[in-house]
Amino acid sequence: MEVKETYNGKIREATIGLGDTAVTVGGETSLPLYMFEGTAPNKPVIALEVYDTKPEDWPEAAVAPYADVLDDPVKWALKCQDEYKADMICLNLASTNPSTGDRTGADIAPIVKAVSDAIKIPLIVYGTANADKDAEVMPKAAEACQGKRALIGPVEEENYKTVAAAALGFDHLAAPHSPIDVNIAKQLNILITQLGLAPERVIIDPTTGALGYGLEYCYSVMERLRLAAMTQNDSMTQMPMINQIGREVWKAKEVKTPEADEPAWGDAETRGVLWEALTATALIMAGSNILVMRHPKAVELTRQFVAALTG
Amino acid sequence: MALTGIDIFKQLPKTNCGDCGVPTCLAFAMKIAAGQAELAGCPHLSEDAASALSEASAPPIRAVTIGVGEDAVKVGGELVLYRHEKTFFNPCVFAAVIDDGMDAATIDGLLKQTNESRFVRVEQDLKAGLVGVKSLSGDTAKFTALIEKVKAATTQPMVLMCGDPAAIEAGLKAAGETSPLIYAATADNYEAMAALALEHKAPLAVCGTGDLDALVELVKKIMAAGVKDIVLDPGTRNPKDTLERLVYIRRAALNKKVKELGFPTIVFPNEETEDKMMEAVYAGLYVGKYGSVIMLSDLNAARALPLYVLRQNIYTDPQRPMQVKPGIYPIGNPTADSPVLITSNFSLTYFIVSGEVEGSRVPAWLCVMDTEGLSVMTSWAAGKFVPEKIVPFIKGVGIEEKVKHRKLVIPGYLATMSGELEDELEGWNVEVGPREAADIPPFLKSWAS
Ligand code: SF4
Repeated sequence: MEVKETYNGKIREATIGLGDTAVTVGGETSLPLYMFEGTAPNKPVIALEVYDTKPEDWPEAAVAPYADVLDDPVKWALKCQDEYKADMICLNLASTNPSTGDRTGADIAPIVKAVSDAIKIPLIVYGTANADKDAEVMPKAAEACQGKRALIGPVEEENYKTVAAAALGFDHLAAPHSPIDVNIAKQLNILITQLGLAPERVIIDPTTGALGYGLEYCYSVMERLRLAAMTQNDSMTQMPMINQIGREVWKAKEVKTPEADEPAWGDAETRGVLWEALTATALIMAGSNILVMRHPKAVELTRQFVAALTG
Repeated sequence: MALTGIDIFKQLPKTNCGDCGVPTCLAFAMKIAAGQAELAGCPHLSEDAASALSEASAPPIRAVTIGVGEDAVKVGGELVLYRHEKTFFNPCVFAAVIDDGMDAATIDGLLKQTNESRFVRVEQDLKAGLVGVKSLSGDTAKFTALIEKVKAATTQPMVLMCGDPAAIEAGLKAAGETSPLIYAATADNYEAMAALALEHKAPLAVCGTGDLDALVELVKKIMAAGVKDIVLDPGTRNPKDTLERLVYIRRAALNKKVKELGFPTIVFPNEETEDKMMEAVYAGLYVGKYGSVIMLSDLNAARALPLYVLRQNIYTDPQRPMQVKPGIYPIGNPTADSPVLITSNFSLTYFIVSGEVEGSRVPAWLCVMDTEGLSVMTSWAAGKFVPEKIVPFIKGVGIEEKVKHRKLVIPGYLATMSGELEDELEGWNVEVGPREAADIPPFLKSWAS
């Protein structure tokens, strides 16, 4: 059957972290998972989420694996690393959100430093996607984990001059965040590489929609970015991609609702775990390289999926 | 695939007699290509030309109907490799497989799931679609007894699964004339299976060995026997190989016009792993990548619901976003003092906003305005979410009878219109809500206190 495609493009490789435990993503020479017509030297990797303050609104199934560490970001990160074998840690600075904690960059810098010093695996640090607030917070966060070659995000069109510049200045990578839009994703990549950040230091955050909550938009934008990267050799689409899956999935109504409230929906943990695993695997099919996830069981399913499809 | 006017013109008599109502054969051909005329309009068309044209204009992947009546399902008929190019048309279907080696309680449980696994979401009815009935024992009497039991218990169309044509023949009789999917024809039994498919007007699955060239040869013989409604099983039983075959089948059909592969597919995640969670994950792979009939070991609600929602997402027309019905949505038993919010009827906006309101545990009234399925910003830019439209909506939707206060919370992105809206919306105060849905819970908590 002569239907194999040949591609003239390739995804760039990007390395997060330094030394033995650095993680490289990207490098694919075909559409995602199409191992029959290309190579994928680096498999999709999983970062587990850690929050800078104890989350108040998580459903029981998500709390259970972390119940003993939720109020201590360092212990939490170590548990993800040692017990759940995360490839990376994604520290979310949720408490800096102006409408909840509104903590400042100076407030969270010690937390970023403590977590980054405690873990061996690479670090991702994420703000709250509030462009003004992140412009104040993220340079402090980037400084606090200087020397770790972390991934700093999200970089918005409105604050790239500050946030991407901080990533550059403190020798990190940056995650430009575009609102489910191919052209804005490309434009933002152009802007931040013009600032001086090497394209190998850029990971695209295309905006993640959970299953049932915009997954299809995210899936198609990522698929389009990958097609442009592989078939049109479009340089500004050839960066690896990151998806914030955990925080989107675990606020979905179908995930949060206990079985007692909706008996017809079945066991809440099974439902939530599969909701997260299906979101993750669908986005791997669309081209995701770094999956930021929450539930260890969903992580396990996603790993098995990657192993079965790429092994 | 769509034929060009020139392709059609070549087959016409080229006499320019005008009997079709257009002066020339070329003009008539152009009209057909544009979908403005039917081939039958030319009374002088030779039979050969007519069949060549109708074959050439057939869709690259045939749409196949399984079952009869209201519960019949249609699969296949797809035109693109990637959903953003147009859309995926006919949603894939799922089936739990019941076999004649199961005890009565297991069978009853699966039948109950088959009937009860239904969810309504965005005004769509989500369900599996089919039920698989499999002969494990090879005993025809047991197989037909099971088919009769399934037929009595559910109206969902069946997939009759057995390699023995004699058992399938008995099974088809037991199923009545319900056009079940026959699974499956192989190189060894295809003549008998093809005859049964024709006699009982049932679609026929063809099971390969993993080798697509061999599958093409087998399908060619079955098509030559006259069978038109075919479903392809590439024959692989691990997800890596299955994905490869499904991609090749879809590409061969769409890009190379291999008509033997221009059919929907059937896949078996239930046979690719023992772990039911992994089974669901592989099923998800086939929802996105070219599975049409997806066989499962059961329809446990906690696994079926996420799969049905994934199917709903993937098969949504990217050009026509899903909409929710405009109106008042009460969230968490609101009272006459509860806050009133307004948003667009783009289903995604509705889901996210209503989810955050619910998560806040502050009861509220969510007024969903008809913005033709556009999001808040897009509909505002298009002039559909502006004071001239909001005023009659709020005055007419009945919210003034539900609440004592007159405070309307608008999306933060529409802050610039708050003054104008307050002037025009008589008796109401307009409050600017958060820009991001995630900030709704703290906003509502402070509103309520
Ligand atoms: S009726 Fe047929 S032959 Fe006559 S002009 Fe039309 S297309 Fe040509």
